[in-house]
Order: sequence, then C-alpha cells, then structure tokens
Amino acid sequence: MSDFIEWGALSQVLVAGVLVGAGIPALFALGLRLLAGPARDRGDAVPGAGEAAGRRTSDDGAVAVAIPRPGPARLAGAALCLGLVVAAVATGLFVVVSGGH
Amino acid sequence: MTETLLLALVVVTALAFDFTNGFHDTGNAMATSIATRALKPKTAVALSAVLNLVGAFLSLAVAATIAKGIVDAGVITLPVVLAGLVGGIVWNLLTWLLGIPSSSSHALVGGMVGAVLAAVGTSGVLWTGVVSKVLVPALLAPLIAIAVAGLGTWCVAKLTRGVPQDLTNRGFRWGQIGSASLVSLAHGTNDAQKSMGIILLALIAGGAVPADSNVPLWVILSCAVAMALGTYLGGWRVIRTLGKGLVEIDTRQGMAAETSSAAVILLSSHFGFSLSTTHVATGSVLGSGVGMPGAKVRWSVAGRMFVAWGLTLPAAGLVGALCQWLESAIGGTFGVVAVFAVLVISSAAIWLVSRRKPVDHTNVNEEWDEDKGAGIEPVAATTGQAGGERVGPVPALATASSVGPAIESVGTVGAPGADAPSKGDN
Repeated sequence: MSDFIEWGALSQVLVAGVLVGAGIPALFALGLRLLAGPARDRGDAVPGAGEAAGRRTSDDGAVAVAIPRPGPARLAGAALCLGLVVAAVATGLFVVVSGGH
Repeated sequence: MTETLLLALVVVTALAFDFTNGFHDTGNAMATSIATRALKPKTAVALSAVLNLVGAFLSLAVAATIAKGIVDAGVITLPVVLAGLVGGIVWNLLTWLLGIPSSSSHALVGGMVGAVLAAVGTSGVLWTGVVSKVLVPALLAPLIAIAVAGLGTWCVAKLTRGVPQDLTNRGFRWGQIGSASLVSLAHGTNDAQKSMGIILLALIAGGAVPADSNVPLWVILSCAVAMALGTYLGGWRVIRTLGKGLVEIDTRQGMAAETSSAAVILLSSHFGFSLSTTHVATGSVLGSGVGMPGAKVRWSVAGRMFVAWGLTLPAAGLVGALCQWLESAIGGTFGVVAVFAVLVISSAAIWLVSRRKPVDHTNVNEEWDEDKGAGIEPVAATTGQAGGERVGPVPALATASSVGPAIESVGTVGAPGADAPSKGDN
C-alpha cells in the first residue's frame, strides 16, 4: 500500500491542514467575539453603549441588543487574532506568488 | 500543411479545455460567497475571473508534461493529445450540464489515459501512477477537507455563539471574500499552467519552437484569458450545486469552508501531495455542513457527486479512446478534423440541452428542490441580490414530480397540492 499512499505527505497535509484551515476561522471568530464585547453585558441590552455594530440578534427574532464597546484588553486581543489571520493570508499569497506549490 | 493544421487544432482545443476548466471550477471558489450573498453573483464571478487572470501570470513554473507519471511520455503524440483533450472537454461539459462539481484535471487525465490506451494499449499507461496520483488522492481529498472544514466550522460556531449576527455576518463576509479570493488565485496559478504546458508541448512537437523554449508570451496570455473568460461566464449549474445543493450555508460556514479549501490546496501542493481543487472545495463545503450544529447535509446530492467522481476517469477515458480510434480509423488530416468536428458538435448539443433549463446569475440561489432543481424558474424576481433573505415565494411549477420531494424535504407544508412548492415559511 505504501506505493499507493504517501503516508508522510498525507499526515503532514492533514496536521497542517487542520492547524491552518481550522485555526484561521477559529482565530477570526475569536477576534470577532472579542470585538463584540463581553457576552454577559450583551444579554442585559444596555442601551447606548455601542453605536456602530449590529443591534439585533436574529437568533430569536428581534431582540434589540446594543453592543458594548470592547475594553482595551479585548481590543488588543481582537487585533492580535485578526492580525494573525491577515498574516496567514499574506503568507498564503506569498506561497502562491513564489510558485511554491 | 497537415502538421500546421494539427498544431492549430491542438492549440485551439487546449484553449477550449482551459475555458471549460475555468467555467467548471468557478464554483470552487465562489459558490459559497454567492450562496451567502456576501457577493452578488456577477461580482463574484468577475472577481474570480480577474484573480484567475492574475494567477495565471503569477507563477510560470510550467510543468511541460501532461499527465506526468500517469502515461508513458514517449507515446504522447499530437493526435493522442487532441483525442485526450476532447475526452476531457466533453466530460467537463456533461458534468456541468448535470451541475456536478467534478475535477477538471481528472477529466484531462482520464481523456489522456483513454487516448493512450486506444493508441498503444495498456503498456502506455503507468497504472501505479494512476492509482497513487489520481485514485487515492480522489478518495482522500474530500475526507481531509471534510475533517478540516468540519472542525473549523465547529470552532467558529462555538466561538460565535451569542455574538450579534449583524457583526458576525459583516465580519465573516469579508473573511469569506478574502478566503475565496485566495482559492481563485491558487486555481489560476495551478490550472492555467496545465493548458500552457499542453500548448508548449504541442508547439515543441510541431517544431514551432525549440525544445528548450520558455512559454511564449502569447500562450500565457491566451491561456490566462481563456480561463478568465470561462470563469466569468460562470458555471452556474455547478455553483448552484456547491452553494445551495449540498448544504444550506451561512457566512460563517462559507468562510470556514473557503479557508479550509485554500489551506488544504496550498498545503497539499507544498507537501507534494497534489489534491484536486474541486474535490477539496466540495469536501470543504460538506465539512461546513457536518461541523455546523443543526445544519443539514444533502447526502443524496453528495452521493450523486461521488458517483460522478468515480466515473470521471473511465468516462473521459472512453471519450478519449473513441476519439483516438476515430482518428486512426479515418487517418490523416481528415481523422483529426473529424475528431475536432465531434468536439464542436457534442459541445453544441450539450449547450442546446442546457438552454432548456437555464441556470444563470438570476436563479443560481433559488431554493434547492431535491428533485434536481425541478423548481427552477428561468426568471426569478428576488434572487441575485446581496442582502436579506429571499422575499417572495417562488412560483415553482407544481408538477407532480416536484411536490413529493418538496414535502419530504420541507416537512412544514400542510396540504399537498395546494401551494406545496412555495414552502410557506420563506
């Protein structure tokens, strides 16, 4: 069977694929979550706390929810997460451009 | 004279293959963005076309070999290449007609293998190569992609729970567009090169350029343009299956799926374990349905698709072999012209059939009816626009064949026959 399946390359693809392919969306989601502010506050529907981002959760209809402005720590965390995502995409672009595939 | 004609026909056919490749594979990158309305359908295909065009110029590490390691390079002659290309194109068009995302490169390889078999018999085919480079990756690619995209989607779903949907939608729309663009770019770099390689080989074989020649600029240009045109035309049928047929997808799933596609495609090439773009993209879409709590995957659609994948190699091979036989039976210039005529006639026939139930940017996002798009109307008012969900019910034809499955798949419809296909809750 080893003639037919290159186990080494396969496992590398699988491991790296899971790390990158699942890690980036997860980081991205985490970044957005941090941007959205603490979840507990959101439940209380503090009016006027945030103005820009969305005000509705459409999960359960039209509950108006204001998004509190994230604190500096959250902002930094979000920036880190999203920055990592951008860096990963840039690396991907570089790989494409340099013809390394 | 004959040589020149043959060369011209091979070049034209290779460009035609390039075109079908672009148009068959638009969905790999853009189907999810279209389905989630992150991009308008026309915008999506235009973006993908531009990125494919750019991608074709980015990397010029052309492998000037066709089906390397799969068929004996010594037996490849121009007529064989022509027959193989015709096999690949015809299979690409047939699967497009059925809206099945199947691998363009497998179609090409299948066509070549068939043509070589017909030309010199089994000795011309390296079967170990066929198994290890084509069959095994075809089995593994969707599995890997399902795993990666499934895990990614699951993480995203967990992490975004309770985050306002406006925010996730906006964020993930951008994420989705970015990741889909990366897939388009990678596709342009990878797949346009295949046609460039074929044309270069044909030019060398025809004596038009020296054996150590680089790819002439006009070849790069024409391949890039052919693929971009194909992409822009949009294989709407395939896009529809990928975006709407397999899984009902939201922006989070779309972003996870495209990121998984981009990552797996780039990483697999990097590690020298080449996987088909189409198989990876399709697997990722399936994975985004598997990983999303509560999402439904239409495994029956997926099953049809897997069958088509299994058939790609033999079917394209059969067409390639038939063309090769026809070519050698008639012989000479007429044989070659006859095969080209077969290509033109069959393409025209497939196109004519496709016009009966056109799928284009206006109806690509219609509700999926399990009866293989039976509910598609040529003109549907509220689709094709970014923004909110579909507004009005679409007046699907209330044919007996579409009512049954519609009830089965919706489950909320009260009286069969009344207005069943309009799926009241939308």
